[in-house]
Amino acid sequence: MAAPSKPAESGADLELVGITKQFPGYRAIEELDLSIPAGSFFALLGPSGCGKTTTLRLIAGLEEPTSGRILIGGSDVTGQKPHERPVNTVFQSYALFPHMTILENVSFGLKRRGVSDYKVKAIEALKLVELDHLAGRKPSQLSGGQQQRVALARAVVNRPALLLLDEPLGALDLKLRRQMQLELKTIQTEVGLTFLHVTHDQEEAMTMADTVAVMNRGRIEQLGAPQELYELPRTAFVANFLGQSNLFTGEVLEATDALIALEVGGRRVVVPAARAARRSGQVTIGVRPEKLLLHLEEPSLDGVNTLGPGRVVDVSFSGVSTQYLVAVPGVGQIIVFSQNLVHGAVINRGATVWLTWSIEHGFGLEDIAETRPHFDDEASAPGLPGVVAEAV
Amino acid sequence: MAFTAFASDTALAPQQEPTKRGRVALLLLLPGLAYLAVFFLAPLISLILTSLQRPAEFGDFGQYEYAFNVDNYADVFGAYGGHIVRSIAYSSAATVAALLLGYPLAYFIAVTLRRWPVWQGLALTLVIAPFFISFLLRTLAWKQILSDEGPVLGFLQLVQVLPDGARLTGTDFSVIFGLTYNFLPFMVLPIYASLASLDLRLLEASRDLYANAWSSFWRVTVPLSLPGIISGSLLVLIPAAGDYVNASLDFLGGTGTAMVGNVIETLFIETGNYPEASALSVILMALILVPVAFYVLFTRTEDLI
Repeated sequence: MAAPSKPAESGADLELVGITKQFPGYRAIEELDLSIPAGSFFALLGPSGCGKTTTLRLIAGLEEPTSGRILIGGSDVTGQKPHERPVNTVFQSYALFPHMTILENVSFGLKRRGVSDYKVKAIEALKLVELDHLAGRKPSQLSGGQQQRVALARAVVNRPALLLLDEPLGALDLKLRRQMQLELKTIQTEVGLTFLHVTHDQEEAMTMADTVAVMNRGRIEQLGAPQELYELPRTAFVANFLGQSNLFTGEVLEATDALIALEVGGRRVVVPAARAARRSGQVTIGVRPEKLLLHLEEPSLDGVNTLGPGRVVDVSFSGVSTQYLVAVPGVGQIIVFSQNLVHGAVINRGATVWLTWSIEHGFGLEDIAETRPHFDDEASAPGLPGVVAEAV
Repeated sequence: MAFTAFASDTALAPQQEPTKRGRVALLLLLPGLAYLAVFFLAPLISLILTSLQRPAEFGDFGQYEYAFNVDNYADVFGAYGGHIVRSIAYSSAATVAALLLGYPLAYFIAVTLRRWPVWQGLALTLVIAPFFISFLLRTLAWKQILSDEGPVLGFLQLVQVLPDGARLTGTDFSVIFGLTYNFLPFMVLPIYASLASLDLRLLEASRDLYANAWSSFWRVTVPLSLPGIISGSLLVLIPAAGDYVNASLDFLGGTGTAMVGNVIETLFIETGNYPEASALSVILMALILVPVAFYVLFTRTEDLI
């Protein structure tokens, strides 16, 4: 068997150019352009059905794009078969070969490429995931977390230019998932490969990846460093999918070089012009719940936006913080996270409150939030609905 | 069926104490055991005893008495060794042919048609459909089709594949053909069963790990369908080795194609030489036990790993 590609010493960059994937009846991916630099840990984040797994399968060669090109390390692999591409996948189902031992599973790819010291390399890879003592077992004799690590070792051992991870942590329980996230990150740093991680877990994407791309309905909504995405979301979808946001829609009253002011619930609310995408007409702005402060008396502060008075309709204590739900007439329900710095809830249900936030914490979106926010059940924030301007 | 032995990965059940439940289980087993005792064990003992009989000293032709006449075995070996070899050769050839025809068919039904359950059901029905017609009738029909005046031979002679005066019926080919045809469903169904549960994501994983289509097939698909291949092969080999219909002169066979089954039939029914017929039956049974023993050993070790 001809070795299609040499094992990569380091990762290669990936480039998707105008990828479209049409399935009978629906379009999974729409004109997707994506560029992932070599050696980075890139996360593709989105709800199920957004096209992220299809993207991964296209890169692996398990699906063919309807149009567009895929380049790995500068060379076009669009027409190549999966076994010819310098890419390995850690599958969501692990897909370990049940009739082979762990060692045989891990050395499978090496043997197909005619690597002579496959056994040594496979044991090394198993040591990396701390499973070398189980090399002689069959996959069915391993726990879920161990199988996941074998799947990882089986892919990493080939030193692919690009490693694809298809929600590999999805089947693990929370504690194991946290542990594996750290291990994955460590391994990525150690081996220096390019990782492309697909997930619907925003927390997982943010903790692990250097760059996160939020995908929705076959398109990438926004791409950037986790912190950047969180602090400055550009669309309502990103604002609500990546953490929670309070979104307000209103008419622009004034737009200067420094500021954009709009009317929300009868009050003037200001956003820095640099953090706003639109400057006229109807504009949706947002603020993260933890950036809000509650006041029992009407504050008169400079440099902040104020909303209220509103009524506290729900208080839930969650250990580190307390979550308040405040109904503000003419605005809607607003979520506030308040750190429990000294003790628990200090404001009771039914209390009348005012809300403030620093002007520089607000962000202006490119699109207008729908009255009913697109809320996926896989989005990370169960319980409270996304908050939008809605008359109470 | 036997191939389920591979599928289970459960550990050995804990030892049952002889409790009330154990007694109920024994009670439920009783009809089966009684059936085996009456219809298998007793005839088997009778067969072995008959195979050791010798001609009655002052009796008529065809009268035998119980003895310990091991010579019967030596006699039938000497007289019918060729038939035994032919039986093994025919049944092995039929098994290989059924595997070569049956595997792609089973693969097509189990894997290619997986996305269209209606077509899958229809295809499976077609595999079983021949059973709706009597085994003898179907074999007779093939005799007609392959006969000297039949369309197949005529066509083959027309295109000069076979010379004038060549025959199809009565040849090794037609007997092996008949065996293959008649036992093909027994090959297809077990292979279908093991391929139906084949996880196609494993094939994607194999392609992702630099295995081309051929290599994926040999290293993933075949090993995972091996239980089906083995049970299918046994289900074809065993009845084919003892078959006496296909090879008989009345059906697809000729004067030079008689198998052990035909000899046993003749000895029992026409000649009335019960001891030799029984001895030959016992030999055939012992020969068939060899592959079965391998199968049992194989499943045992698989389970213990």
